[in-house]
Amino acid sequence: MSEKSYGLIAMFDTPADIMQAAEAVRDAGYKSWDVITPFPIHGMDRAMGVRRSLVPRISLAGGIIGFVTGMGLIWWSGAWNFKLVVGGKPLFSPLFAFPISYELTILFTAFATILGMFLLNRLPMHYHAVMKQAHFQRAMDDRFFVVIEARDPRYDRAATEALLARLGGREIEELED
Amino acid sequence: MSEAVEAAVAVPAILAEVKPAVLPRAVLVENNRSFAWISDKICGIIEGPTPRWWWICFGVASFIASFTVAGLIYLVGTGVGVWGHRSPINWGWPIVNFVFWIGIGHAGTLISAILCLLRQKWRTSINRAAEAMTIFAVVCAGIFPLFHVGRVWFAWYLFPLPNSNGIWQNFRSPLEWDVFAVSTYGTVSVLFWYVGMIPDLGLLRDRFTAAGKRVRAFLYGLFAMGWRGSNRHWSNYEMAYLILAGIATPLVLSVHTIVSFDFAVSLIPGWHTTIFPPYFVAGAIYSGFGMVLTLVLPLRAVFKLEDLITQHHIDNMCKIALATGSMVGYAYMMEFFIAWYGANPNEGFTFINRAFGPYAWAYWTMVTCNVIVPQFFWFKGVRRNIAFVWILSLLVNVGMWMERFVIICTSLTRDFLPSSWGYLSPTVVDIFTFFGTFGVFGTLFLLFIRFLPMMPMAEIKAVTPQADAHHGHH
Repeated sequence: MSEKSYGLIAMFDTPADIMQAAEAVRDAGYKSWDVITPFPIHGMDRAMGVRRSLVPRISLAGGIIGFVTGMGLIWWSGAWNFKLVVGGKPLFSPLFAFPISYELTILFTAFATILGMFLLNRLPMHYHAVMKQAHFQRAMDDRFFVVIEARDPRYDRAATEALLARLGGREIEELED
Repeated sequence: MSEAVEAAVAVPAILAEVKPAVLPRAVLVENNRSFAWISDKICGIIEGPTPRWWWICFGVASFIASFTVAGLIYLVGTGVGVWGHRSPINWGWPIVNFVFWIGIGHAGTLISAILCLLRQKWRTSINRAAEAMTIFAVVCAGIFPLFHVGRVWFAWYLFPLPNSNGIWQNFRSPLEWDVFAVSTYGTVSVLFWYVGMIPDLGLLRDRFTAAGKRVRAFLYGLFAMGWRGSNRHWSNYEMAYLILAGIATPLVLSVHTIVSFDFAVSLIPGWHTTIFPPYFVAGAIYSGFGMVLTLVLPLRAVFKLEDLITQHHIDNMCKIALATGSMVGYAYMMEFFIAWYGANPNEGFTFINRAFGPYAWAYWTMVTCNVIVPQFFWFKGVRRNIAFVWILSLLVNVGMWMERFVIICTSLTRDFLPSSWGYLSPTVVDIFTFFGTFGVFGTLFLLFIRFLPMMPMAEIKAVTPQADAHHGHH
């Protein structure tokens, strides 16, 4: 039994309950906390005060790299590395290079999007403190959880537990890190 | 000026009397099922014992798949001469089969990406199976051009990898564009499918852990990447999913456009037309929806999924098949009109020959299956008759194979020089190799329904009425 505490977890039964609880926890001024739901709940980002995701910036970077790669590959191979006239056509033209650059834009955007999502989410992470909670199995199924981390400056074992209980949280447990 | 604005803003008196009709929204999950019911239903298919019918179907599908394996071994051992294409028909059955299979994949991406962007919530119960269909169809499609190159051990020459000859690919060629289009399509489809599955794999991991099945909990857990349903994760995840849908949409439209460039960029009469890209994309979606119906209707019956795949879903799929089938019919007419209006004798001859020449049997089969068959979907009674819809869906696929056959054979067998005219007859190897791909497809699909969540549980839960946090609050 580790003596270090990760924080407190509380279970809620419906999306409406968890939404209300999230708004209350946000208004109480907590910063290091999370909501665990089996599916994305519409409006939860606002209720939690989560900022807009940064994934699109990474995607855009991927797309630009993909397009430049396509154009660069075709120009370098055909008009620089091995000049070969085919059918009397120019050695390089952005027109015939476009379809492949377009496909590579999409390919690189897809990779950047997925890598960006994993990176921002710090995944894969096969172990996490919340997974030890007895009812966590239902977090993927039909129950909703609020986790408030011990490292939050406002965290206080008794007061935080009282807040969660007041909001209607059940099965409140302390998680070990 | 301001008076005119006021007059426009003033509410007409009649509005006070008008009572807007309350139109009920189509229910996406019948019988008001709970979240736990959805999890149990879908996970139960994976967790339960393997049904006997699954083993029988798997045996049959693997046996059929062996025809492709045998056909390819014989081909590589002997040479491409064992296939039936000869000059001037150098694109025989393999290219017909390639275009056929790649087209089938398109409905999966349409359902998962385009309907996602259009916020069509009914897509949720069929998108996972449709995406699986896309991937397996791309696998079957890829076999044909790969072996059609002749010496398959040099197939890597298709990619810009340094080789001992020092030369590079001809990037001016639509065939090279096709290499990039199809390989990007296959890769992005797999990524999209996998990312959509991560939350469901997390659920399966936790259920197997709870049931004490350690090996399976480990394997599903490995691929679930430690997903724990955190809302901070969902925020990035949903954004990533939306972007993937956003890029998969132009991708799917570009893939069949580029496949049609293989034809349209050439100078062959009957191929050299600007209508090809939209016409190919419409045809691809039409054939794909035919295949989705062919697969989903039996699954719905076997696994008793009527609450998740409702009549509303079937109606929508039939209507999309009707719309795209009619677009294809319009394209057939327009090709004839342009052949006449363009006043090019070669083009005119090609189309007369297409409808009344030696391949008239194929042409009229195609017209029947692609233009007349979908017209049945106008009728509600037909759409409610599941067995009849299933038979029509098979005819859709027959028709779309015939379409590619007609396009390739009628144009190539009537070359500019009458001395080189010919007629394509497939060999046994052609027929076996193609027949076997249905087994390859079936085997992969059976493995998918046995081991992976057939429907996106998280997404289905999110579209149920009880998922709305502002609805029915106590």
